[in-house]
Amino acid sequence: MGYGQMSPNRLDATFAALADPTRRAILARLASGQASVTELARPFAMSQPAISKHLRVLERAGLISRRRDAQRRPRRLEAKPLAQATEWLERYRQFWEGNFQRLDALLDELKTDERNARKKKRKRAKR
Amino acid sequence: MQNTGTLKLEARGDREIVMTRVFDAPRKLVWDALTKPGLLKRWFFGPPGWSLIVCEVALHVGAAYRYVWRGPDGTEMGMGGVCREFVPPERAVCTEKFDNPWYPGDALVTTTLVEQAGKTTLTLSVLYQSREAREAVLKTPMEHGVAMGYDRLAELLASPPAQAAGKEAGAP
Repeated sequence: MGYGQMSPNRLDATFAALADPTRRAILARLASGQASVTELARPFAMSQPAISKHLRVLERAGLISRRRDAQRRPRRLEAKPLAQATEWLERYRQFWEGNFQRLDALLDELKTDERNARKKKRKRAKR
Repeated sequence: MQNTGTLKLEARGDREIVMTRVFDAPRKLVWDALTKPGLLKRWFFGPPGWSLIVCEVALHVGAAYRYVWRGPDGTEMGMGGVCREFVPPERAVCTEKFDNPWYPGDALVTTTLVEQAGKTTLTLSVLYQSREAREAVLKTPMEHGVAMGYDRLAELLASPPAQAAGKEAGAP
């Protein structure tokens, strides 16, 4: 499956960051464009420090970055780590789908073998 | 449930992912295909070019199993565990840990086979060690198409956790 390109630790950080619904909502908001902490806090009944804490987790996971040049220091989505995690799991699913299709074919073959074995037995019994 | 050939993935409880697939064959044959190394090697190897190079199966409670796959570029991927329940041809429970895991902790995998009218439903339940590990695996998109645009990303992130997000944010 070639899972070698990304370190497990980095993936753990990405997945841990994605496991929280508030953080996923923040990412969803950032997917439509960069935003300041105040803007990000608005839809939530949460204090700004609480939102900042979530932002730090996302930042550590490499999922978002902040622009240092602008005064309101808007956060921006970094799509690459998420895409990498996605690719990883997409292969996991493909792994199973491919396997099961082959298993279908194998089971057909086993069924035919069994049927033939039964026929032979019956013929032998008749003789 | 007799929808042969469709792989279904769903979340159950806090820590579980359940995979369901119907096969057009009696249970005994599916069980053989899952437990005999000679048969396993013919289907359980992932994408084309990969092969199952180590296939040690566990056939009683307390036995260890181990699988190692090798890819076309020589990359190897291994996993294994210990069998906790073994009831042919209907049920097996085994621990599962990958050599290079992409989720924290190890998992408990329950395989169940139910036969109905000559068809067999395979249910593969993976119970993760924590809610976070399960969420991590589940909330990440599994549809086809690896390249992801921002639009699709937004859709993805917005839809499934809406209820949970509302709860946490104190919204109605």
